[in-house]
Amino acid sequence: MPKFVSVVLWIAVSLLGAFALATIAFHRGEQINALWLVVAAVSTYAVAYRFYSAFISAKVLALDPVRATPAERLENGRDFVPTNKWVVFGHHFAAIAGPGPLVGPVLAAQFGYLPGTLWIIAGAVLGGCVQDFVILLLSVRRDGKSLTEMAKTEIGRVGGMVAYVAVLSIVVILLAVVALIVVNALKSSPWGAFTIAMTMPIALLMGLYLRRIRPGKVLESSVLGFVLVIAAIFGGQWVSQTPSWAAVWTLTAPTLAILIVIYGFAASALPVWLLLAPRDYLSTFVKLGTIVLLAIGIVALRPSLHMPPLTRFADGNGPVFAGKIFPFAFITIACGAISGFHALISSGTTPKLIRRETETRMVGYGGMLAESLVAIMAMIAACSLQPGVYFAVNSPAGIVGAAPAAAATTISGWGFPVTDTQMAALAHAVGEQTLYNRTGGAPAFAVGMAEIFSDTLGGEAVMALWYHFAIMFEALFILTILDAGTRVGRFMLQDALGHIWKPLGRTSWYPSILFTSAVIVAAWGYFLWQGIKDPLGGINSLWPLFGICNQLLATVALCVASTIIVKMALAKTERVNTARPTVRLGYVFVTLLPLCWLVAVTFTASWHKVLDPNPRIGFLSHARQLVAAGANPRLIFNDRLDAGLTAMLVAMVSLILIESAVACLRIISGSKPAVTKEAPFVRTTLAEELG
Amino acid sequence: MMNRIKKVATVFRDTLREIFDESAYRRFLERSQLESSPNAYAIFQKENEQLKSRRPRCC
Repeated sequence: MPKFVSVVLWIAVSLLGAFALATIAFHRGEQINALWLVVAAVSTYAVAYRFYSAFISAKVLALDPVRATPAERLENGRDFVPTNKWVVFGHHFAAIAGPGPLVGPVLAAQFGYLPGTLWIIAGAVLGGCVQDFVILLLSVRRDGKSLTEMAKTEIGRVGGMVAYVAVLSIVVILLAVVALIVVNALKSSPWGAFTIAMTMPIALLMGLYLRRIRPGKVLESSVLGFVLVIAAIFGGQWVSQTPSWAAVWTLTAPTLAILIVIYGFAASALPVWLLLAPRDYLSTFVKLGTIVLLAIGIVALRPSLHMPPLTRFADGNGPVFAGKIFPFAFITIACGAISGFHALISSGTTPKLIRRETETRMVGYGGMLAESLVAIMAMIAACSLQPGVYFAVNSPAGIVGAAPAAAATTISGWGFPVTDTQMAALAHAVGEQTLYNRTGGAPAFAVGMAEIFSDTLGGEAVMALWYHFAIMFEALFILTILDAGTRVGRFMLQDALGHIWKPLGRTSWYPSILFTSAVIVAAWGYFLWQGIKDPLGGINSLWPLFGICNQLLATVALCVASTIIVKMALAKTERVNTARPTVRLGYVFVTLLPLCWLVAVTFTASWHKVLDPNPRIGFLSHARQLVAAGANPRLIFNDRLDAGLTAMLVAMVSLILIESAVACLRIISGSKPAVTKEAPFVRTTLAEELG
Repeated sequence: MMNRIKKVATVFRDTLREIFDESAYRRFLERSQLESSPNAYAIFQKENEQLKSRRPRCC
């Protein structure tokens, strides 16, 4: 393309993005069309990818197209395999995209569409994409080392230990939160409970099909599994309309919680091929298809956003969760903007597949942009609902009242009109007994998605099917995370316990498998139980806790990245490849900027969650309120436990920040040599092949 | 034009095969010089069990 045309084109894209952002930021009064959000996001992503990620590639990381990657040097046909960049992109995206970018924006929509949307866009291009890209490249240059290993070798032993504890904590809290979302989505819903229960025998059947009938034909078995899941959705409709069966499948929150805990234990202890692998395949298949379908639905329908840009709950008294926009919007939306968990994937499977360093830009930066777009779609799905409906679905009974009429009156009193008749009609349309107090974000997202889908395809007659398709899609996602997460936690625990007593570290020794699975399941099961017993819905305390853990992990990742960039800039070692440009110290701002922001956000949020005098926000003040009211000592202990966990994580991340800052200052002052632990340079033999 | 469409379709198919571990199984068969069979697939799954179990899934 001639340079002049390119310049004009990029100026046009930038202006379009700026205009769309200005429209969503300054528009007041009339509703705006959801496409403005899509245009603002896509234009910003395009400009950021074209210019900012190119700057990071060339100047900060100095990507080297002739340096062999571990996939090439260590190729073994198993985990190290040089793979086409688009294939790695798909693989990476499938691993990073979970329910987080769907649920977080739905919860944060209580502030209005503006804060969340701006954070998703800005957080992704300046923070999340940078983190994923930089960690991916740094791992590629270190033979695919994990984040915890890099923290240990590049910062110090404290860094490694903090990263380890942060990862284990986030896994436990994450599993509890996602399990709570499933419980809240399925309680008193015979249709949903039946459909999700059916996905288990379907996964087992897929496992047997793969193992015995058509070995290795995963796509084929996934299509078969998908057809069976669709049949289960229709079966669920029949169950919900048959009183005797409906009674069997109408489950309370505690019953569902117990069943999920039992399931989590079984999934962790069973062989991978039987349940985990086929469910993972089925979930990925449904996930990729549904995300594409949702994007098409939004573009085809172009829904209006009924939610105002800013609601009165910016003052911190929101019913979905308590706390002001700063810092709570920024920890509520994690995966769509920046997520520490992504750093685990960027330093896990993906770096072992990368063929050339230059491809990390598209996979790391581009993959996160795609994830961010999913979060924008979730925001649109939530904000296209009538605000009264949104708050009726997402508000806990402890805030709006358990009786439908009382809840409708309370919500209408906030200036978001909703009637009991309207809610009853909506519940009937989606095939549910009630949609009140369905906290957790998943049901609200499912209602929004069902409205978009049914308006695009099938009309109101099929709204119930779309709603349950959406619930099935989210629950399938989440149960996959429960399976995989419990196993990951189990392995981490086995690795650690192996240092104390060797047999416990043996991953194939059954007593160790059972013991460590039980410990991990008991840990997240405890928080899950705490969530369902919480009169404020559980999400109010657990989601911020999860957000804090996740963003603290991102803080660790950015800390590792900043330390390495400082070392790269000041390294005095002889450069083997002289074509690789030098890195300037000042360029550390690309990771330092999001790091400072995350420190401000997470430390402020942690302070509020531990010490805020408002009992709806601060764990300790809530505990004091419970003590004064003579409440169950268990509830008081839970609050103190949450406060202790938050304080411990903050203290540990403070240690890694101090250790990293001291190391950087010593390197800058010259009292410590700047030595990076990169694998030695080897010239690629794939350069000619790849062009 | 047709060539380009073919190329896109090939990459799309390869992506799905990689995501769904079909390529990993094919590589395993090549490496071990085995024919696809229930037994071979069982060995492949056993070999990959730890790898797959340790693979995190994001939230």
